[in-house]
Amino acid sequence: MSKPSFVRRAALLFGFAFLYAPIALLALYSFNASRLVTVWGGFSTRWYVSLFENEQLIASAWMSLRVAFVSALLATVVGTCAAIALTRFGRFRGRLAFSSMIYAPLVMPEVITGLSLLLLFVALDIPRGFWTVVVAHATLGMCFVAVVVHARLITLDRSLEEAAMDLGATPGRALLSVTLPLAAPSILAGYGLAFILSIDDLVIASFTSGPGSTTLPMRIYSQVRLGVTPEINAISTILIAMVALVLVAGLALGLTGRGRRA
Amino acid sequence: MNARRSLAERLVLGAPWLWLIVFFLIPFAIVVKISLSEAALAQPPYTPVFDLSDGWEALNRLGDLSLSAYAGLADDWLYAQAYWSSLRLAFISTLFTLAVAYPLAYAMARAPLHLRPILVVLAVAPFWTSFLIRVYAWITILKDEGLLNHTLLSLGLISEPLHIFASDTAVVIGIVYSYLPFMVLPLYNAIARQPPELIEAAADLGASPLAAFWRVTVPLSASGVLAGCLLVFIPAIGEFVIPDLLGGSDTLMIGRTLWVEFFDNRDWPAASAVAVVLLGLLLVPMALYERSQMAEAEA
Repeated sequence: MSKPSFVRRAALLFGFAFLYAPIALLALYSFNASRLVTVWGGFSTRWYVSLFENEQLIASAWMSLRVAFVSALLATVVGTCAAIALTRFGRFRGRLAFSSMIYAPLVMPEVITGLSLLLLFVALDIPRGFWTVVVAHATLGMCFVAVVVHARLITLDRSLEEAAMDLGATPGRALLSVTLPLAAPSILAGYGLAFILSIDDLVIASFTSGPGSTTLPMRIYSQVRLGVTPEINAISTILIAMVALVLVAGLALGLTGRGRRA
Repeated sequence: MNARRSLAERLVLGAPWLWLIVFFLIPFAIVVKISLSEAALAQPPYTPVFDLSDGWEALNRLGDLSLSAYAGLADDWLYAQAYWSSLRLAFISTLFTLAVAYPLAYAMARAPLHLRPILVVLAVAPFWTSFLIRVYAWITILKDEGLLNHTLLSLGLISEPLHIFASDTAVVIGIVYSYLPFMVLPLYNAIARQPPELIEAAADLGASPLAAFWRVTVPLSASGVLAGCLLVFIPAIGEFVIPDLLGGSDTLMIGRTLWVEFFDNRDWPAASAVAVVLLGLLLVPMALYERSQMAEAEA
């Protein structure tokens, strides 16, 4: 099976180099002493220092974290409900419409989602700010949570739940104390996904935020439009490092969890 | 379970239903409604039509519905060009993404079993880092005085800097790069679940490895190819960030047009009409995508 492994190794090498080289270069040049992107002026952390003096940037980073925390929480609760409904409620009325609405936002162009939610808030006369961004992000996030949790729930052995019910548990009780703990890793992954989607989003936030609720991607975007600066490389590197840490931690947890089950 | 549902069950089903109806379905109805209004210099910048709070009166005002936003779309050649070039760029980008992703997904799916989970995480990880940041990274690479030109010039491979930045080529590169994980994952799933015995059987029957690849592996991965292509093609059509940051002033893409109508021109009916027509274009690919996803999920 592993005869033409040279070709496959080359494919892996090329593919991952393409995926990671731009990110690596971005991080490398955040430590460049020179303001020019192509000239290496020696190692320096000056851009990180100037980052922490940029109060606007810090404020918007804080805003993004708060929005992501709350919207991912909402998305996880509603999305998990949707996943349970899809897996456990059989062919309920309107199931096709229901699952269509779960899958549609995953590919819907963001400009459409953003515009339509903004027009809703205007029609309802709701002032734009923190909560409108939270609701917008939760709407997108819940669909991702629903898909991730649904994928896990359908692989679970129904007989465990049935055993719990044979022992006298109500269906709700069986769900809470048997099914959901088994699906917990996927629910956690769904929360993480919703969190990341929220903290990364530029387009939907631009439509639904108001003055005073500028998120970090909006701030970065307006700086990028003015020109490339090593400061943006620095903030990007911090964000990438944070995601890498979370991923490594999640992977380590997942591996030990698998070890325990085996 | 289909008989009478308990209160808890009704809540579990009702909460996501209500959320989707209020924050997904109704907003689209409002987009359609605003696209049928007249632009106005007001706050909000359109003349309201067909307000349900008017009760029966609203029916009498149905005649106020205006098609002027759509007429504007049809009159200005620029909109048609933007739709066309969005479709074109999204299509080209999807083909290139497939070309880059297939060898990678194939090599991942044929890697030793213990390595596969790590390879999958590596392939998906960039998706977890900010989209904006990954597009930004390409600005410094592709600019005329950027890293790519710098490297090629100092290696003596070119004598003049390549003008890739601010062009359609840069947009295609940006889309291929940003959407690659969406293509790799369904391809990987479609290839990894094929039993390896199939290739052995093909070899026993006299097929060369290449023939076995083309006539067994590729056809059996068709569902993954379709899912991956739709996952790239559909959002790429409405992409805003990539054409805005990497494209030139002559790069027309409909997501950017919508953005400009809304934020710069403050023409809400026009932006809504652009969105409605875009949605109409996406209806068929979206239905295809939904069918493939649901078939996959229920399988």
